[in-house]
Amino acid sequence: MSLRVLVGVKRVIDYAVKIRVRPDKLGVVTDGVKHSMNPFDEIAIEEAVRLKEKKIAKEVVAISCGPTQAQETIRTALAMGADRGIHVEIPAKEVEKLEPLHVAKIMAKLVEQEKADLVVLGKQAIDDDSNATAQMTAALLDWPQATFASKIEKTDGELQVTREVDGGLEIIKVKLPAVVSADLRLNEPRYATLPNIMKAKKKKIAKMKAADLGVDTSPHFEVLDVADPPVREAGIKVEDVDTLVTKLKDAGRI
Amino acid sequence: MLLPCRLLSSVAPQRLWVGLGSRVTGSVNSLTSFRAINTSPKDASTPAVQHAEEENTSTEAAKLKKPKRAPFIKNLFLGRFDKSVLEFPEVLDQDQHELLHEMVVPIERYFLEQVDGPKIDRDAKIPEETLQGLKELGLFGQQIPQEYGGLGLGATEYARIAEITSLDGSIAVTLAAHQAIGLKGILICGTDAQKEKYLPQLACGDWTAAFCLTEPSSGSDAASIQTRATLSDDGKTWLINGSKIWISNGGFADLMTVFAKTTKILPSGEKKDKVTAFIVERSFGGVSSGPPEDKLGIRGSNTCEVFFDNTPVPAENVLGEVGGGFKVAMNILNSGRFSMGSSGAGMLKRLLSWSIDHAVNRKQFGNYLSEFAMIKEKFGRMSANIYAMESMAYLTAGILDGQEDPDCSVEAAIVKVFSSEGAWKWCSECLQVLGGLGYMKSYPFERYLRDARILLIFEGTNEILRLFIGLSGLQTAGGELREVVQKLRNPLMNPGFIIGKGIERFRQQKDNPKLDLDIAGHLHPTLQPSAQLLEYCVKRFQYSVEMVLAKHGQAVAAPKNQLDVARLADCAIDLYAMTAVLSRASRAYCIGLKNAAHEIQLASVFSAEAAERIKTRVRDLEIGPVQNHDDLYSRIADAVVENKGYVAEHPLTRTFW
Repeated sequence: MSLRVLVGVKRVIDYAVKIRVRPDKLGVVTDGVKHSMNPFDEIAIEEAVRLKEKKIAKEVVAISCGPTQAQETIRTALAMGADRGIHVEIPAKEVEKLEPLHVAKIMAKLVEQEKADLVVLGKQAIDDDSNATAQMTAALLDWPQATFASKIEKTDGELQVTREVDGGLEIIKVKLPAVVSADLRLNEPRYATLPNIMKAKKKKIAKMKAADLGVDTSPHFEVLDVADPPVREAGIKVEDVDTLVTKLKDAGRI
Repeated sequence: MLLPCRLLSSVAPQRLWVGLGSRVTGSVNSLTSFRAINTSPKDASTPAVQHAEEENTSTEAAKLKKPKRAPFIKNLFLGRFDKSVLEFPEVLDQDQHELLHEMVVPIERYFLEQVDGPKIDRDAKIPEETLQGLKELGLFGQQIPQEYGGLGLGATEYARIAEITSLDGSIAVTLAAHQAIGLKGILICGTDAQKEKYLPQLACGDWTAAFCLTEPSSGSDAASIQTRATLSDDGKTWLINGSKIWISNGGFADLMTVFAKTTKILPSGEKKDKVTAFIVERSFGGVSSGPPEDKLGIRGSNTCEVFFDNTPVPAENVLGEVGGGFKVAMNILNSGRFSMGSSGAGMLKRLLSWSIDHAVNRKQFGNYLSEFAMIKEKFGRMSANIYAMESMAYLTAGILDGQEDPDCSVEAAIVKVFSSEGAWKWCSECLQVLGGLGYMKSYPFERYLRDARILLIFEGTNEILRLFIGLSGLQTAGGELREVVQKLRNPLMNPGFIIGKGIERFRQQKDNPKLDLDIAGHLHPTLQPSAQLLEYCVKRFQYSVEMVLAKHGQAVAAPKNQLDVARLADCAIDLYAMTAVLSRASRAYCIGLKNAAHEIQLASVFSAEAAERIKTRVRDLEIGPVQNHDDLYSRIADAVVENKGYVAEHPLTRTFW
């Protein structure tokens, strides 16, 4: 059983960058800032490529919804082993307002078009921390979902997925086709080697717009304010537990 | 106002000429399209150039024949300034540019995430897994052509990647020893059979390479090596005997480029010893390595002795021609040097950021360190020097990539000298900014400083390279100026010439040379003052070259005259640096790069100070060895050497009570 796997990759601000709030307080500064692939999406791509190496998958398609530069992200995915890419071009000004629901609708449409058997997404993007796209995509397709995957095994027409949940580890079985979201400990992504980057140049990236897929990307909500988290204040030492409890009560914490 | 900028052509300069249907002698350069149309063929300041012919206007840039130009610095010794150099090269097309940009990302990540610099330094070893990762990344075959499994990168891309590999000195040297010198001979002058046999496994790192030239009694004097190769009676095998010292990667390299003396019997029956280069596999037998040397810096790089005991080498493994080994060695070394500019700049940029981070957070006397002028001066000067280093490195890389069969030996040597000394000095200054913390092993500065020290020594000591720069230029000049110099040295026999040259020399002696090169016309007008300075320096340099030749004649290469040669070399270094920074800043401004105004500042201040240095050196040449103190220092040195130590009596010595 050879699966066609669609993997979503998002271009986000690099995790090491010091984020600064924009002067208009409606977003963060992105101009001239280093961007890279969402770390969870790297894990997703890595898992899909490993499935291909194990001959469980026959094709890995990397998809990104974003501005022109999202092509760089797709190229990284191709260099890691994806076979081809799809770039759903979102105009630069609208990128910020793109919501998980929009992406989920786009993914669902592409799944239909590409006749995919498995969708692997990162569990959340490190810029908006929504943790919603995988779940919404599964719902739109009426497919089973296995989120926060830390291990994926294939068993006859089904996937056995170990999920990292608050209480510990949960192992579930989902029938294919399914949507999986990758968590941190699923795998350690490979480095895109220079020879592979060169080879990736020859791989195709199809370009399209959200409208071509019949998806309306008008926003459903409006950002009112973006602010820095409050500056961390100094702590105080107390003599004993009773004083601690009193202080906490006074501060309204308990 | 005419802006001599590249806005006109984002395509290869040659295309502009095709439409005009005209051909102009002089530099093929869209920058000069406004002015050069009227350039008279007698423009003696630009060397004659062979044109790149374009078959048809729609030909891809790749199919364009590259222009062939005369070597820039060597011609500078004759006062010939090739203005095409003022157009900062742009050799990568969009695809290559994007590819390079993509490649830089994983390499940087790998170094930041997987390379433990302090541990490599402490253990004096690069872990096997780290090396394996570097091989898988493809870093062992950067310049090997793709058909042999390498990346097929040019000089420019190699230089860019060197900026990142400099994150760890031991790794940088291991990689360079392997590909910049170890296997480079095969790339430059290997036969197809040799390339097919060895390059594929070298490209993926299955085999590593080393460059075996230096011997205990032959360091700078490479031609005096004593390792010997004797040919068997049937002419099929060479036996190599000898020992090499300080060979990077010598402890594990599978393939070595070994230089040995071979005897040539001349038609006259006379026997002559000449150097021959050989490709030697460790598996040939008789090859052994000594223990790794315990070094001040680049401690993770393997350096050791390599011994050859009757090592049999098949005749087809001769690299280049029998007896042509010295040239092979020089070509190999020349081709790798320029990347020291970009690796030095890459390292310094990082150290600068870290020092600034400290300076804006640390307060003393109520002010942040970054508010004190003495600290600011360090940051300012360092920035200008990094700018010069980068500009020269990429200018040289651009010439290597963009010209047909270029001779960049002197330029590459200049980049090496400037960058190695800059890296050492500015690393030290960054450490200074951090004070005591900079001295501690818990901070990376001391490691980078120790790693940087070798740069002034290997790949040709800076002393040797200064002589190389000076003497190569003097040789070029001397050849052409022989008659001129002869007449200068025999003024009474050549009155007509002397009078004719008299006006020019009179002006030079008054430190007021005629500025007729129109360098300013090839740069953005904002840089006009610096352009004038550059032109002045070029003229003064030409004058000082003639002075040195006239003064010493053939004896210019004698040991006692090295200081004058070194002065010329230092002038050449500053001239190349000035040219590079002005060319780059002009381009930045013309194409509207971010912070271009800042670049103009860097270029201007660097040029101003370089000009002052050149002025001083020319003056020192003019006033001669007595007044410039060369003589006195020489006599002091003689006394100290004879005494086998310091001569002056101790300050507490008394002769009376």
